[in-house]
Parts: sequence; structure tokens; C-alpha cells
Amino acid sequence: MNPIQLIVDALSQGSLYALIALGIGLVFGVMRMINFAHGELIMIGAYALVVPSASDMARPFIAAWPAPLLIAAVIGFVAVAALATERFAFRPLRRREVDSATLLISSFAVSYLLQSLVLFFYTGRPKSVSIFPSLTRQITFGGVRVAMVDAVTILVTAALLAATVVFLRRARAGIEVRAAAEDFVMARMLGVKANRVIALAFGLSGAMAGAVSLLFVAKTGVLDFRMGVPLAIAGFVGTVIGGVGNLVGAVLGGFFLGAASVLLQALLPEELRPARDAFLYSLVILVLLVRPQGLFVTRGAGERI
Amino acid sequence: MLEGDGVEIRYGAVPAIREITFRVDEGEIVCFVGPNGAGKSTTTLGVAGVLKPTKGTIRFRSRPIGGLDPEIIVSLGIALVPEGRRIFSRLTVRENLVVASGLRGGLNNVASLHERVLALFPILRSRYGSHAGHLSGGEQQQLAIARALLTQPKLLIVDEPSLGLAPKYVDLVLQTLRELRSAGTTLLVVEQSMKRALDLADRVYLMRSGRIVLEGASSELAGRDDLESVYFGQKASH
Repeated sequence: MNPIQLIVDALSQGSLYALIALGIGLVFGVMRMINFAHGELIMIGAYALVVPSASDMARPFIAAWPAPLLIAAVIGFVAVAALATERFAFRPLRRREVDSATLLISSFAVSYLLQSLVLFFYTGRPKSVSIFPSLTRQITFGGVRVAMVDAVTILVTAALLAATVVFLRRARAGIEVRAAAEDFVMARMLGVKANRVIALAFGLSGAMAGAVSLLFVAKTGVLDFRMGVPLAIAGFVGTVIGGVGNLVGAVLGGFFLGAASVLLQALLPEELRPARDAFLYSLVILVLLVRPQGLFVTRGAGERI
Repeated sequence: MLEGDGVEIRYGAVPAIREITFRVDEGEIVCFVGPNGAGKSTTTLGVAGVLKPTKGTIRFRSRPIGGLDPEIIVSLGIALVPEGRRIFSRLTVRENLVVASGLRGGLNNVASLHERVLALFPILRSRYGSHAGHLSGGEQQQLAIARALLTQPKLLIVDEPSLGLAPKYVDLVLQTLRELRSAGTTLLVVEQSMKRALDLADRVYLMRSGRIVLEGASSELAGRDDLESVYFGQKASH
């Protein structure tokens, strides 16, 4: 593999994980809840592309729509699904002031519920689906050929991250999200509505999960009801090595994990490649031993978006 | 304006305040005074909706507010500057004020109030773009009060306004509280120092171990010579 293709691959995978980590980090920030169901939100966004059926041949549903409509539909669908999980599963628990372990277990339940629904309506056999066929092209960049879908993933992620930063810094609702992430009760005492700010975090997080659904399917073309689990785990690991409760850290942590995974795959000797994840997660353990507070946490009152 | 009647608040099984009865009239400055652990801060958190009373009623302008959410209570006109100030340290001074202005439609909607608040605390204007975590304790206290004022409270509750402040700021903050009262805001202030409480307040409630053990007008209490023994309890050696 040529070095530029390798760099683009690493950036692309890193961006995707960064986007997942950001989605998880947004909800964690305001609710102190690790939303394990984030991976399943990505998964149902992908399945919404095809018609529910037991057949191995997937018939396109949203996948057949024109690109702008397709994008809006998947992102909107996942955002609404995220809001629904908040409204019906997590909000009633929060109002009863349960601890975060209970919320975590509840998110496991939501996660398995969504998997089972997909299993029921689509069966457990993987299906293939094609969206954005033009992205399968290669583009020539600096004399080498690069997959278009990777370039697009990097650009889309960069744009979404930039938009999130602008929102959190400039918009009043964004500033309220940051205030609530730092001291939720104090924010409420100043009039910030708890339900609104949490719904906003879930909606944004869901929209990002929808974007990941699209980018992931555009690259792999495969639907599998378990596809969300490794993605969510990558996102959690990213947020933890970046520094829990720190959005910039989550993004960098997710990016680091994705990029490291691609680089290990390419640079490990051929016979060790099947053990790539053993190396990757040994690296994670090492990072946590050296910096248990996370790689990107600065002491003191630094700005964290 | 504010009336508590037989209010009890528990942390788990342990009552932190035991059926206390108090009131704050419009235009007054009232102080809760007492040693650490007396239940003063618990009472303020109960009024602000952060803690729910397990017994008794709290009324604001005759309306029962016990058990309402904090964001509702602040919208009714009660603002709390809590123990420890709790400024958003990762936000700038401006952003702290933006959060507080949301209730009344944003900083632009309360532009003249925003100007008055910055005139009251000029230091905030000069630190407007700084992270609030980088302010000194006295500056943070001013920010915390400024933030509460932007919610347009009828009743402002301030928990230990002078705690941890340099002497120059103690005078400034207490002076500011008096000016706010002159401008029509009713004040409920938590103090540990009986002397400062008597200086500042029209009426004082002395709390100990979750109960109100003494109440009265500052002018009456100032003449009593047994205040110290009441403050510390009979068994204390003071």
C-alpha cells in the first residue's frame, strides 16, 4: 500500500470513530450516562435504507431515494429514534434520580431491544446495499489513487465537527449544553430547561449516528444487526482515552483509535495482522496506565469546547 | 413573600432540617445564621427546588412551590447564588451571563439590565472574554451574583456571600446587596458570622442542628448578651 493511501485510510477511519465518540460524548456530558445504544442507532440508520424482509436480497427503500433526500431521511430517522429512546426509556429514570449504573443497564436494554427488532423484521443474515455509487470511484491525488469514499468521510467529518464547535460556542442553546455539561443543577437554577437541553444532546448525538450510518454503509455496503457493537465500543474507548467528559478529547481519542487501527493493520508483519486488535487494545491499556485521566485532559480550567 | 411552614428536608433517612418555619417579607433582608451543618444551605436548596421537602409547605407569593423543578422556580422570580458559587469555570464570563439570560430571552432582550449589572460589577466587563475559572474568588462571587440578577429575581438568595473573599471584596459584596435591596429586590442571605448578619439584615433566624433556635429583628437581637452561647449551643464551652 502506498503511503498516501495509508494516510487517507487512517484519517478516514479516525474521522468515523471521532464522530462516534463525539455523539457518545455529547450525551455523556449533559446526562453522565454512557449510552450503549449509540451503536444500535447507527445500525438502525443503516437498516432503514432497505425494505424490511426475510429475503437475503435486500430491496432498496430509502437507499433508492435521491441523495439529498436519502441523507436527510436517514439522519432525521436516527435523530428521532434517539429522541424516542430518551423520552421513553431514559427520561423517566432520570426523573427518579437513579444512579448512572441503572442508566447504563437501561441503555443495554435499549440496545438489545433494537437488535431484536431488526432481527425480527430483517432476519440475522447480513445483507448488502449500495448507496452513493459514485463514491466507489477512485480519485487521483498527488499521483496516487485514493478511494473517493475515504476522502468524502474525512471532509464530511471535518465539516460536522466544525459545525458542532460553532454551535457549542456561538448559539445560546450550545452554550447552555456546555453549561449543563459542567454543572447541570446550576444550569437549571439559572432557568435552563433540563428536558430541553438533554433532548438537544440526544438529537444531535442521533444526527451524528445517522451520518455514521451513511458513511459506514457507503464504504462497506453491508448491513449486519451486530454492526453497531464494535462501532460503539470504539466510540467509548475513544472517549475514555481522550478523557471522559471532554468533547475535544473524545474526538481526538476516537481519531487516535481509528488511525492506530489502520496503521497497525498496514504496518504489522503479515503473520501478526490477525492479532491486530490485541495490539490495538494493548496500546489502549498502556495509554490508560500512563494517563488514566485521558490523553487530552489538561489540568485546571481549560476550555473543553 | 416567601413562607416556609414546618419544612423538613432529608438526605436519605437523616433529616437535615427539621420542621422549620420562616418567612421573608417583600423588601426585607433576612439572614439565616448559624454554624456549619445547621441546615442553612439545605434550606436554600429546598427553596430553589434542588432538594424536595419531605414535609411542610414552601410558598412564594402565596403559591406552593415545594417540589417544583429548579427551572420553574427561577422563572417565578427566586434566584439562588449557591454555596461555592458554582460558576461555569469552562465558560467565559460572557457565556456565564448568556446562560442566565436565556430565561428572559437572551442577552439582547435584557440589554439594559445587562448594562446595569456590568455597571454594578465593572470587573466583569474587563474580564468579559476570560474563562470564569481564571477569575479570583471575589470576581467569581460577583459573577455569580450578576448571573442570578440576569434572571430578574424578586427574591435573591445568597449563600455565604463573603466566604473566602479578600476583605475589600467582602465590603463590596455586602454593599452591593444593600444597593439591590434599595432597588427593590428582597434578599435572603446565609451567613456564618452573627455580627455580619446583624449588620446586614432586618431580621435574623439563628439555626442549629436543623432547627431554628432563635429569631428576631436585628435591632432587638443586637442588644442580647447571650447570643454567643445560643449560637454554639448550651454545651459548648464558649
